[in-house]
Amino acid sequence: MTAELAQADGHIRRGRIVTLIGLVSLAALYVMALQFTPPERFQGLAQKIFYIHPPAAYAMQLAFVLTGISSVLYLLIKDVRFDRFAEASAEVGMVLAVIVVITGPIWGKPVWGAWWSWDPRLTFTVLEMLVFGGYFALRSAVRDPVERARYAAVVGCMALILVPFNHMTVYLFASQHPTPVVVQTDKPDLPWVMLRTFLTGFAVFTVLYLGMVMQRYGIGVKRDLREALDA
Amino acid sequence: MSAVRAAWAIARKDLRIEWRSRTALLTASLFAILVQLVIVFGRDGGTVSLTMLAPSVLWITIALSSLVALNRAFLLEREHGALEGILVAPVNRSAIFWGKWFANLVFVLAVIAIAFPLWVLFFNVEPSTTLFGVLGLGVLGAIGFTAVGTVFSAMTVRTRFAELLLPVLMLPFMLPPVFFAAQATLRVLSNRPMEELWGWLRLLALFDVVFLVLATLLFPAVVDE
Amino acid sequence: MPPLLHATTLVRRFGPVTALAGVSLTVEPGEVVLVLGPNGAGKSTLLRCLTGLARPLRGTVQLAGRDVHADPAARASLGYLSHNALVYEDLTSRENLRFAAALHGLHDVETRVDAALASARLTERADSLVRGFSRGMLQRLALARATLHHPALLLLDEPFTGLDVPAAGVLRAGLKAERETGTAIVCVTHDPGELWDVATRVVILVGGRVVHDGPRPESLEDFRASYATAVAA
Repeated sequence: MTAELAQADGHIRRGRIVTLIGLVSLAALYVMALQFTPPERFQGLAQKIFYIHPPAAYAMQLAFVLTGISSVLYLLIKDVRFDRFAEASAEVGMVLAVIVVITGPIWGKPVWGAWWSWDPRLTFTVLEMLVFGGYFALRSAVRDPVERARYAAVVGCMALILVPFNHMTVYLFASQHPTPVVVQTDKPDLPWVMLRTFLTGFAVFTVLYLGMVMQRYGIGVKRDLREALDA
Repeated sequence: MSAVRAAWAIARKDLRIEWRSRTALLTASLFAILVQLVIVFGRDGGTVSLTMLAPSVLWITIALSSLVALNRAFLLEREHGALEGILVAPVNRSAIFWGKWFANLVFVLAVIAIAFPLWVLFFNVEPSTTLFGVLGLGVLGAIGFTAVGTVFSAMTVRTRFAELLLPVLMLPFMLPPVFFAAQATLRVLSNRPMEELWGWLRLLALFDVVFLVLATLLFPAVVDE
Repeated sequence: MPPLLHATTLVRRFGPVTALAGVSLTVEPGEVVLVLGPNGAGKSTLLRCLTGLARPLRGTVQLAGRDVHADPAARASLGYLSHNALVYEDLTSRENLRFAAALHGLHDVETRVDAALASARLTERADSLVRGFSRGMLQRLALARATLHHPALLLLDEPFTGLDVPAAGVLRAGLKAERETGTAIVCVTHDPGELWDVATRVVILVGGRVVHDGPRPESLEDFRASYATAVAA
């Protein structure tokens, strides 16, 4: 037990270091975005939020998909580590989803003239949050750890398969609601300076994801040990 | 063949128990009527016409009353541990799932069948043969989410907050089929050409097939300790 | 001829918790095995693995050479009785038995059901709903349900829980009658006295391991004394 406890502490410590690196790089990213990247022609400063909004959305999607894959693996192999990883990844995914739905409207208000305009990506994020809200509600309602892991994995698999359906739903839904656009945004054709900052954002959020998942995984190990003592 | 027989035995047993008390069917139907009334009274009568709301209301009603219906699916297996009796019998796990799912589907369709004429009445829907098309959409829409609901209710019934958990888990999975079906209903009711309908029907059928297969695969993981 | 029941090195573990740490058990036709052990020793988990309700992480359970988990048909020769009656309150006793018969794919359903109802002394209540049955009647119906298909092996999980003295006597008589037809029995219990005179073998589990497996001793009192020291060790 003490060996496992030490291992758990190791996960948490390494996770903290990785998260710290992520946070420092996030600060650096914003220095880069504000000082060394020119403002976008039409959107002005509002566009700066784009250096965290899409990266956060990408990391959230990564988190939830990995939860799904880990759930499938848990059901096939029944190794407790997959359950812990699925839980950790889902929880970090929720945090990232919160970042997405907070930054989205902040950008949407000046650019689209409305806080919320049922933009597909934002709507999708909300749908995923609701799916995983149910996932966590179920986890907290099951006391037996074996049963909890199994049930959570079943929902995780279902959620993974729901992803493409949710994508179809939000895009088809959005196609029926013409969004009011105050500023016409240019598509692709991102100048290299902007693209560089943009891509750095993705790397930063991947690091943040990894760091947070490592810490959360360690906490999961500790919880399992405590539950084993209680049982 | 024996799997189909076992599934049928399980479905028949469920429906027999349901029919014997009829409480759940009556409650779900009452609920379906109440949902419609709440929407009628909650709308701004001056600007929003009933006809405009009709397709959405039909699917809100079906979604919410199905939740009431799905909740009871495994409740009757819980008393005296009856599900274990089925699990130790020489019956395939998938057959058990199909039996439970089929009984759920019949139950949900019965609720739809009761709520549907009232919807036609309340929302001044023009009675015509297109209504059979709408009913068909009801069946097509219900197949997929009752499959998901059968798996989820088998889990939630064993937790502390079953009645609360099932809706929270289920509704995100009902959203896509409800959206597809409401869109299709809208087009059927306004007599749009078939080409406009196809896409929505295909999406609904895809959802049904994918989640029926997935639920069949995942159900054993729910009941096997 | 493979043995009637053959379970090999069953392991059940989740994270740091181990319920079964490699339990093997072989049962031949006609044996009556008592599985004893303190709370948390893994007796219930073992029985649930034997019935196919729980899947072991490692190890297999075979009934007459067929895997209980992989091959549903293997469970045809298995009867299961627990402290739960495994019946539906909104069905009559007859309907409950008919349902069990359908699950087992039995053919001569009506004659079997009638015979089972008669031996459970429930013929008069055959067509009344199970809701409202006494604990004793429920357990008689449960035994009728578990033995309707004449299983070669009966697995019992604390079947005497919650029964009063006369009801327990009736159940014991019913189990003895089953044993006389040649049915093997594995019974998980915390009280060896409940089926002592029928038992042929005693298995003791402690901490997910078999610590004793041998023929039933003559005297229950002597056994209780040695059992207490075995469990304490």
